[in-house]
Amino acid sequence: MCGLVGWFGGGGRDAESVALATRMTRAIAHRGPDESGVFVDAGVGLGHARLSIVGLGDGGQPMALPEAELMLVFNGEIFNHVELRRDLEARGRRFRTGSDTEVILHLYDELGEACLERMNGDFAFALWDGRRRRVMLARDRMGVRPLYYTTQGGRLWFASEVKALLEAPGVEAAVDPIALDQIFTLWAPIAPRTPFRDIFELAPGEAAIADETGMRRWTWWSLDFPDAGDVDRERSEATMAAELRALLTEATRIRMRADVPVGAYLSGGLDSSIVSALAVDMTPEKLNTFSVAFDSAEHDESPFQQAMAEAIGTRHETILCRSGDIARVFPDVIAATERPILRTAPAPLFLLSGLVRERGMKVVLTGEGADEVFAGYDLFREAKVRRFCARQPGSTARPLLFRRLYPWLPGVQQQSADYLAAFFGTAPESLADPLHSHRPRLKGTAATKMFFSADLKAEIGGYDAAGEMIGFLPERFGRWHPLHQAQYLETRFLLPGYILSSQGDRVAMAHAVEGRFPFLDHRVVEFAAKLPPGVKLKGLEEKHILRAATRDLLPDMIAKRPKQPYRAPDSASFFGAGETAAVAAALGESALATSGLFNAKAVGRLVEKCRATSDGGFRDNAAFVGILSTQLWADRFTARRAVADRAA
Amino acid sequence: MSETVQSIVKDFIIENFRFGDTSFEIGGAESLIENDVIDSTGVLELVAFLEERFDITLVDADIVPANLDTLDRIAAFVERKMHGDRAAA
Repeated sequence: MCGLVGWFGGGGRDAESVALATRMTRAIAHRGPDESGVFVDAGVGLGHARLSIVGLGDGGQPMALPEAELMLVFNGEIFNHVELRRDLEARGRRFRTGSDTEVILHLYDELGEACLERMNGDFAFALWDGRRRRVMLARDRMGVRPLYYTTQGGRLWFASEVKALLEAPGVEAAVDPIALDQIFTLWAPIAPRTPFRDIFELAPGEAAIADETGMRRWTWWSLDFPDAGDVDRERSEATMAAELRALLTEATRIRMRADVPVGAYLSGGLDSSIVSALAVDMTPEKLNTFSVAFDSAEHDESPFQQAMAEAIGTRHETILCRSGDIARVFPDVIAATERPILRTAPAPLFLLSGLVRERGMKVVLTGEGADEVFAGYDLFREAKVRRFCARQPGSTARPLLFRRLYPWLPGVQQQSADYLAAFFGTAPESLADPLHSHRPRLKGTAATKMFFSADLKAEIGGYDAAGEMIGFLPERFGRWHPLHQAQYLETRFLLPGYILSSQGDRVAMAHAVEGRFPFLDHRVVEFAAKLPPGVKLKGLEEKHILRAATRDLLPDMIAKRPKQPYRAPDSASFFGAGETAAVAAALGESALATSGLFNAKAVGRLVEKCRATSDGGFRDNAAFVGILSTQLWADRFTARRAVADRAA
Repeated sequence: MSETVQSIVKDFIIENFRFGDTSFEIGGAESLIENDVIDSTGVLELVAFLEERFDITLVDADIVPANLDTLDRIAAFVERKMHGDRAAA
């Protein structure tokens, strides 16, 4: 786990290029504080900040395969490197190091671009092929590790984080208004777009080749589902559960591979408990587990965390996220995420990775991905109830099921059946919408755009973010079961754009901590995609097959626990103890005028409304956090904004 | 009277859900939900406002789109309620 930087199409073997590569690498030194290195040659530069996990003594980068004129910088892990190395050695390959980095070099030398399909891992890399004078960039299947790029001054620049690109001559940070529209509708930009104008990212499962003719991008892996009618009726549920258990065990086992201790996050929910329970048996000493607790009962899950830690016997540590802590670290969180966010949930995970690092650990397993892969989110149940209501539009009984989905939301609990049906959109014609499952969320989120300034609205014009999302859907999407369509939307867009990025890689790597995700092993993902929808969401029981596959691992208190989504206090975090000078400045009239992105008068009223109501609704909270994070982001990264630049 | 109720409610909507956007326009017969003016939390805020401002009480059966989803319906509903409350007194 590390950070990489580089360029293609300029520079040479000179001190200036070395200094530039070094400067870019230093900008992301937090990702890899253990060692660093650079390589420059005519037309290419590479830099690497290393977090040493595998091959501690001999895994330094950039790493060469001199006989093939290859040079590699690599961020992440190839979990099946042991098996790949064995196969390569059997074919006569000789290795100089014990690292997984060298495995990529040999695989590429043998297979070229097809090397990607052999790798089971979370990775982003840049590989210089000196014979063909080209650079290959690649990103893992699910989008765990980031890779950004831009072109400027005749060169292609690339890096693990945008901060490094901003060190390149002529590369400037400016707001992309369309990306802001996407974030305030979809929660994240649609790759390759980023919030920075003209700075892009490789999408999950994408690779690119840059040579003297230009840059060619292609998708080397994508999530697929069977046609709706193509249901597996052969295997029993028990057989599927057994197969899943074997796969999960193997996915966890290869994620324990490291030359440093591996710990685990324990949220108190089903998914991280399963991962921790599997990992306990694979840890030579006691497994270290880490949790966030909250001083607000509504968000705190510490009794479940403690119970699970005791049940499986881990060395458990908790960091308490107190009122005021989220506001205190929020500017640093946004510096890490490099994009506006609509919820504060990444902030406690930023604090947690800090604790892990303080304890001298570099690697943690987490339960991330299970909700996407096995249909755990409430949204999947909500979409099912909405379909159920749409089949009988006049029913006054069916909409009452929505109350069962959101027991913690007074706005839902206290509504009549008519209102519930109206809010959740249960009209029969809504079923034809490809975004049917996500439409209420998208509509609710998009309402936050009312705070955009007149200038920003004018720049965005009639752009339709949800419509663009539809344009990214594969042709086969229409043939899938509705649950699989919903899973695709969640896994393809929100998972890499928010969960694995702002709430994953970025807040963990801010403290040089690597997260590993057994549920996102591609074999688990592909297996789950082929399962009948009814074994994932059985009635309204989410993750049914996962529960069946792991029942013996968990105490009843965890196994039978209704799902509680991971949430942190949103706007309430920024009042009382959370009224910091930085937050006040970011939302002040002067800062709002400087960014020019929001209607200052409306924002002032929103702030007062949020201050007066201890816990407002989703819309007000999302608007508040979105505006604050955008302001902090603009202040941190963009000296002037695009609209103002062009108006000048 | 209905004109007054309607303008009072519209002012509340502009202040509370549109955060002072006086350019906001919505016809008396247009849906507050379908036009994304109000969400599930917003309905409860609206109910609290109506009860306080017009000194009426809404029971669960009153809180339905048929009474509250357009400015016209809200005005008619509030008038009925106020009239009914006075008649009952």
